Amino acid sequence: MPVNLLDEPDIQAESRDYHWTLNFGPQHPATHTTLRLVLELEGETILKATPDIGYLHSGFEKLGEHLNLNQYVTVVDRKNYISPPMNEVAWHNAVEKLLGIELTERCKYIRVIIGELARISDHLLCAGAAALDLGAFTAFLYAFNLREQIYDIYEEMSGYRFHPGFTRVGGVMYDFTERVIDRIERLLKTLPKVLADMEKLLFRNKIFLERMRGVGTLTKADALSFCATGPVARASGVTYDLRKDEPYLVYPEFDFDVPFATEGDCFARFHVRMEEMVQASRILRQALDKLPGGPVNVPIAEKFPMPDKGTTYNSMEGLIQHFELVMPNRGFQTPKNEIYAAVEGPNGELGYYLITDGTQVAWRTRTRPPSFIHFQLFPHLIRNHMISDVVAVLGSLNIIAAELDR
Amino acid sequence: MKTLKTPDKTLAELRKRLGEGVFTVSENLDNLRLHVPAAKLIDLLTALRNDFGFQLTELGGEDYLGYPGRSASRDRFEVHYILLNHDTAERLVVKTGVSDPDPTLPSVYSLWHGADWMEREVFDMYGIIFAGHPDLRRILMPEGFRSFPLRKDYPLRGRGERHNFSRLTREES
Repeated sequence: MPVNLLDEPDIQAESRDYHWTLNFGPQHPATHTTLRLVLELEGETILKATPDIGYLHSGFEKLGEHLNLNQYVTVVDRKNYISPPMNEVAWHNAVEKLLGIELTERCKYIRVIIGELARISDHLLCAGAAALDLGAFTAFLYAFNLREQIYDIYEEMSGYRFHPGFTRVGGVMYDFTERVIDRIERLLKTLPKVLADMEKLLFRNKIFLERMRGVGTLTKADALSFCATGPVARASGVTYDLRKDEPYLVYPEFDFDVPFATEGDCFARFHVRMEEMVQASRILRQALDKLPGGPVNVPIAEKFPMPDKGTTYNSMEGLIQHFELVMPNRGFQTPKNEIYAAVEGPNGELGYYLITDGTQVAWRTRTRPPSFIHFQLFPHLIRNHMISDVVAVLGSLNIIAAELDR
Repeated sequence: MKTLKTPDKTLAELRKRLGEGVFTVSENLDNLRLHVPAAKLIDLLTALRNDFGFQLTELGGEDYLGYPGRSASRDRFEVHYILLNHDTAERLVVKTGVSDPDPTLPSVYSLWHGADWMEREVFDMYGIIFAGHPDLRRILMPEGFRSFPLRKDYPLRGRGERHNFSRLTREES
């Protein structure tokens, strides 16, 4: 596939003879995912990087126009597959906002909990892989060991380890059992130890620090111009967090801080992520303590939730509702309207522009993918850096190619 | 879910600055939408950025071909620009329409560099051309792809592109 290298004419023609071009990816262990970079180099200094993406494009947004609002949850899972529950929360947040469904208290707490678990899982991978790419293998193993525990929680709550598909319109698939809560409690006990271990391994590791500090610096003005959000923007001093500034679910009830830095380099992004895990565990602790009882789904009378097996087989209303939802020509009524709704994903603002046309299949499901928007920063961050800095910058942006290409 | 305050003051001042009738307003829950013709898009966005402190967070397109209850006089495609004011947490959705046979909109790349890839994606998926974009190429679909896959008249299973995709065999390479 030809890549146009001429879009930025800042390389002088006469000095071009000394330049060479390096193809990085699409299959390369250090990209972790399927993306390709064409690097134009002088010695080992990168003059220009041209990303070439689309290798994993699977038409998720087109699929969203052919699957109903409940079915599509299995597809959003596969966008950012490092933190699937957060995608589910974001998707059904938009759907429920448009349909005007008010969730039950317990469901809101459960969604906060699965969202924060996803955030921890995502940040662990990002921080661990950043360390791995820079040679600190041990920290990566600590991080991945903890991620296993989070997968165990997903498995316990939904039956699926990797892509839980846990949320439904108007609720979640299953209520939390004691065993799920027990597993989360155990995670909260282990997490501080793991974070302390990672800090000990990395924060005084001279090689790690020197390869992260002052590398890939993003200024605040650039962060705003490039539409950066989430930890990437917060590491550059844009202290915006949707959980605080445009609260959704029950976030106002929790006491937590929004970590930020002003340096804007790779280390600042890494540090913000490490600190966000601490804050996420604070939210989890409070959410578990305050977790209210009561129903987890909105009442069947509202015509939205999928009734569970017991209700379906033992009550008339449940059977009718089940029939209504699973028959292809029935399903719930939606307004002919559109909405943009976003949540604070692990990587940044994870939003959906959702249009419905009266049927149960959406007309348009536009995702605002943070990875896609952050990856445009890469050519600007990497310019005039060494080739070994590619992995540091790439890792600190946390590019997930499935979300990048959708 | 918090309903954001309607930024009435912002709207009143915008009207004063750009003149009456430049944009129309519609609302759904906390989404305040400004519908603006393509010719006035850059004026509106420039004013919102420079004078009101709004920044772009999202840009995307949609195709309304055959949307139930939509009058034929309205444009087939629309592009939305989601703007956010980081200081006041106000959000605005600016929408502008465009139709075949000449789906051209002005690019906002000069206002926000982040629009670069998002405009390329809208071009890739809908064939909307952004005049003034520095590098308007396909981004997700392969270079030789002819259709615009997110248009409503493009079938879900494609038009045989996958089947007819030219492959490089081991002997040829």
